[in-house]
Amino acid sequence: MRLGYLIREGFRSITTHGFMSFATVAIIVACLIIMGSVSLLAMNIDVLIKDLENQNEIVVFVDESLSDEAAARDLQRNIEAIDNVSSAQFVSRGEAMNNFMSKYDATLMEGIDEDVFRHRFIVHLNDIAYMSQTKTELEAIRGVAKVNAHLDYAKNFVTIRNVVTAVSMVLIVMLVFVSFFIMSNTIKLATFGRREEIAIMKMVGATNSFIRLPFVVEGLALGMMGGAIAFLAEWGLYNLVTGRLVNSAAGTLLNVIPFRNVALELFVVFMAISILVGVFGGVNAIRNYLKV
Amino acid sequence: MVLMKNVRKVYESSNTVALDNVSLTIEDGEFVFLVGPSGSGKTTLMKLITGEVRPTSGKVVVNDFDMGTIKRRKLPKMRRTLGVVFQDYRLIENMNVYDNVAFAMRVVGAPNREIRTRVPYILELVGLDGREKRMPGELSGGEQQRVAIARALVNSPRMIVADEPTGNLDPVRSLELMLLLEKINEMGTTVVVVTHEKELVNAFSKRVITIDSGEKTGDSSEGGYYGV
Ligand SMILES: Nc1ncnc2c1ncn2[C@@H]1O[C@H](COP(=O)(O)OP(=O)(O)OP(=O)(O)O)[C@@H](O)[C@H]1O
Ligand SMILES: [Mg+2]
Repeated sequence: MRLGYLIREGFRSITTHGFMSFATVAIIVACLIIMGSVSLLAMNIDVLIKDLENQNEIVVFVDESLSDEAAARDLQRNIEAIDNVSSAQFVSRGEAMNNFMSKYDATLMEGIDEDVFRHRFIVHLNDIAYMSQTKTELEAIRGVAKVNAHLDYAKNFVTIRNVVTAVSMVLIVMLVFVSFFIMSNTIKLATFGRREEIAIMKMVGATNSFIRLPFVVEGLALGMMGGAIAFLAEWGLYNLVTGRLVNSAAGTLLNVIPFRNVALELFVVFMAISILVGVFGGVNAIRNYLKV
Repeated sequence: MVLMKNVRKVYESSNTVALDNVSLTIEDGEFVFLVGPSGSGKTTLMKLITGEVRPTSGKVVVNDFDMGTIKRRKLPKMRRTLGVVFQDYRLIENMNVYDNVAFAMRVVGAPNREIRTRVPYILELVGLDGREKRMPGELSGGEQQRVAIARALVNSPRMIVADEPTGNLDPVRSLELMLLLEKINEMGTTVVVVTHEKELVNAFSKRVITIDSGEKTGDSSEGGYYGV
């Protein structure tokens, strides 16, 4: 079988069936953009929740017996040895008092000695879902007097996060199914006009693989085109929307994922889906016509 | 060559016995008319020859291939020994005359050099020289059917089967087309033609096989529709 013929046939059919090719690419692009946008939104919500979670800190008070600052600081290693701890920051009793006084009226505190305060660590967690376990582990460290953690608060966050994850998962899975359905039907429609041509090929003795190959070339080309266009459009759209958000009043509080952080993954996924849909959609669509 | 022995074809979907107990032999080099009323099973018989349908029972052998047991992937090889012509021409509308014919050679992987010499030769044979660049829509019915015959011929098949090739043509074009098929037959290709047209059949003195309600009711080597 000659390569030149295949490539020529593949591209000839794209140009001679211009409108259907255009429709196929347009549907692939539309489906990918919807899927991509929902995914990016979900990823951003996830980051936002993580951000908020990180502001949820645990305070670990050091036992009075370790009043010596150096000895208290030594606990840092033990605290950070716990898996779920992402960071532990030491705050000496002097700093704690200064913080406290700056928040309240200093005159109220007159005569109070810094010994009233304990050395402490401000601890951030990797995953607040395991806060109560981590709290127990922290309490078990020798030299730790008390651990302050907002367990209820953590539980609420975990619930929100789980709901968001579940909803976006369901949404994405649904979108994938709907998209595949729409895309494969568009391709079926696009190849419907070709069944005569295929029947003629079969009648003059063309093999199935010979008939199929131009469709594979065509599917590949249309798929790559669709994937690339969808990627560029998603890029523009994302930057437009996030740009607006960041410039708005609420934007200063938001921490959006920069597009370049997800660009490669998005590109690979878009290309993979659209090429898969193009090639298998094309081959699948003509399967029935090959049965004569 | 075609050999049928006690062939029965039942369409399950419509619960129709399209052919029943049909036996016949067509030797290489013959010219045969296949006639019979509408719905008698003529197209079904042609489809058994081309491998589009398989016999429910009985034996069908075409150009040394057993059509009852032939493997799907062997069908292309078998079909390259056949040229098929339909009533509605079945040309590719967005290809010109030359490409419609060359297409048949390309899909069986013929080298370009061969295509360039063979296609003009065949187009001249069917009387279409000078029409190479026309699109099917710019041709008369008779001319379109000639393109279809050129396409059927171009890969040098052993046999040409035509299902009502003159069904859409006026009597003069029909006669011309039959004369073309006769010429092709004289050059050595077996020809099987299905037709309704009594006058046409009677204008030639060829073998006529008659079927009625799925059964073979006549086979005369000296022509004549319904023995007339
Ligand atoms: N694909 C099919 N599925 C079910 N029944 C069919 C099919 N094709 C044909 N038949 C039936 O088989 C019988 C024979 O049909 P066939 O097409 O062979 O007749 P024919 O002699 O070619 O008729 P005509 O001269 O009108 O073309 C008819 O009763 C028809 O309805
Ligand atoms: Mg018929």
